[in-house]
Amino acid sequence: MVEHTVSATQAIVTLDVALPGIIWGWMITLNMWAKSVGTGVVLVGAFLLWRHKKEELPGIRWTMPLISFVFLNIFLLFTLTDLHQPYRMINIFLHPHWTSAITVGAWMASLFTLLISIMAVIGFFEAHPNVRKNCKLANLAREKSALYDKIFPVAVVLAVPVTLYTAIIMAESAARELWQTPAELMQMMWAALMAGAAGLVFVSDKWSEGARRDLALVLAISTFFSFMMYMGEYFFSFKSAEAEATLAYVHAGGEYNTEFWAGMLIGFVAPFFIAIGTMKSDNKTLLRFAALLALIGLFMAKDVWLKIPQMLPLS
Amino acid sequence: MKLGFLVDLNLCMGCKGCEIACKVENEVPLGSWRLRVKYIDIGTFPETSRSFTPLRCNHCENAPCERICPVSALHYLENGIVNIDNERCIGCAGCMMACPYGAIYMDPETNTADKCTYCAHRIESGMMPACVVICPVQANIFGDIEDESSHISRYIMEHQGAVQVRKPEKHTNPKHFYVGGGTQTLDPLAQQRLEGYNLFNNITHLEHVGDPNHGVIDRFLKPFESHEELDNKSMMDFASEGAHEAEGGH
Repeated sequence: MVEHTVSATQAIVTLDVALPGIIWGWMITLNMWAKSVGTGVVLVGAFLLWRHKKEELPGIRWTMPLISFVFLNIFLLFTLTDLHQPYRMINIFLHPHWTSAITVGAWMASLFTLLISIMAVIGFFEAHPNVRKNCKLANLAREKSALYDKIFPVAVVLAVPVTLYTAIIMAESAARELWQTPAELMQMMWAALMAGAAGLVFVSDKWSEGARRDLALVLAISTFFSFMMYMGEYFFSFKSAEAEATLAYVHAGGEYNTEFWAGMLIGFVAPFFIAIGTMKSDNKTLLRFAALLALIGLFMAKDVWLKIPQMLPLS
Repeated sequence: MKLGFLVDLNLCMGCKGCEIACKVENEVPLGSWRLRVKYIDIGTFPETSRSFTPLRCNHCENAPCERICPVSALHYLENGIVNIDNERCIGCAGCMMACPYGAIYMDPETNTADKCTYCAHRIESGMMPACVVICPVQANIFGDIEDESSHISRYIMEHQGAVQVRKPEKHTNPKHFYVGGGTQTLDPLAQQRLEGYNLFNNITHLEHVGDPNHGVIDRFLKPFESHEELDNKSMMDFASEGAHEAEGGH
């Protein structure tokens, strides 16, 4: 039938130049993933400290900012490394362009990292009074321990825009229709809660059973809603021709299809059921396993969602 | 003054003269393009036609690349040109993600973003862009679209109803117009890209963006590299060439 003959009804490109491949690759995936952990542990940590007494969460005042500090530095390192002119990063501070979410995000993330660094130093030396007794910085941190409680609420509030600004960068990426702002904002938020809960699971060994149950609850809720959003986007992005054409790269099978579904099963479905199970049994090992799976799966899902829109020919 | 560009696709014969002129004028590196002419075939043999579509930066009035650039390396000139300052660019590639027309590339020599500037340096001297000068059929029409008596303004008025821009739904307000185009030539989703569409080889995607001969670590080290070894004698040192090629160099 002639109407089904592509060459009769559709144009075919017969000569063109090679198109750019993946521009933002695994380094940007790692950047987003590490930022989710770095901000998420602060958000989930604040939730736990609101729900439970400090005594039920031994060590959280220094482990939480320390985990955040480490992952924020991974995030900043790979942000820098991904630049083709890394030394010119300084231009973001010398010549800021405020309509750019990259600029706003860089400023907020730098401030957030500064606050978390102060909290980590105070928290660590406060929890370890015998460490570096003669060090001026350690003693200063111990003297100023009240500062921790003043900074903490600011850091919690700041953690929200810091975790979300990448979604605005994606929104400003006008060429990539798969990245719709409301969906990406929520995905970033769920990712932060998921990664934050998973990150704190590894230091929750001595915490109360109730605190661990809350961690499992946050992990279960965040994996569930994030999974639902991915499914909605994956199966029902009918309204945008470009989004549909983009999703064809995963629908059609191949490596991105495998990575996506492996990510969904490893990072969302399995941790959800394990987390639900551990809420009743308080099985620390299983909860740690669920946290590890969630972190691996989250990376895979983010990686696919970052890369497939870049494969679409734009012109 | 607001400068605009119009291509009459009815006149374009796909000679690629504009591509070459652009390359030479702007010293665009191998494998990168500020302007390219795409060939599109429509129909079934023997009822086929070939269309040629020159593609370059659209110099949008509401440019997503300008909005996302964190350091204002991409900026507007008073005449409406979206210009780029390579000295300020940090190479984040945000503009490449934002441009709906795929008009920006990462220069492999400077490791910064680059694109068509409507030959802003020539316009500053009162000259036309190189691609306009070289076009043998005058398919490229360039001028002030705010001046009603300019050639481009009159051309737009004469072809009302047939003037199009690419992806108007993106609300970028492009200042690059086409006459004689259609969905099949201007919308990439209406075209099929079969393997081997590049006539000369099978390379369909670039495997890397930016400097192909220098890895991530080199980006950090390169500013501190000494060039003391580069004298006339070292240029004749062919013995080390093998090692260089083994590392992926040319």
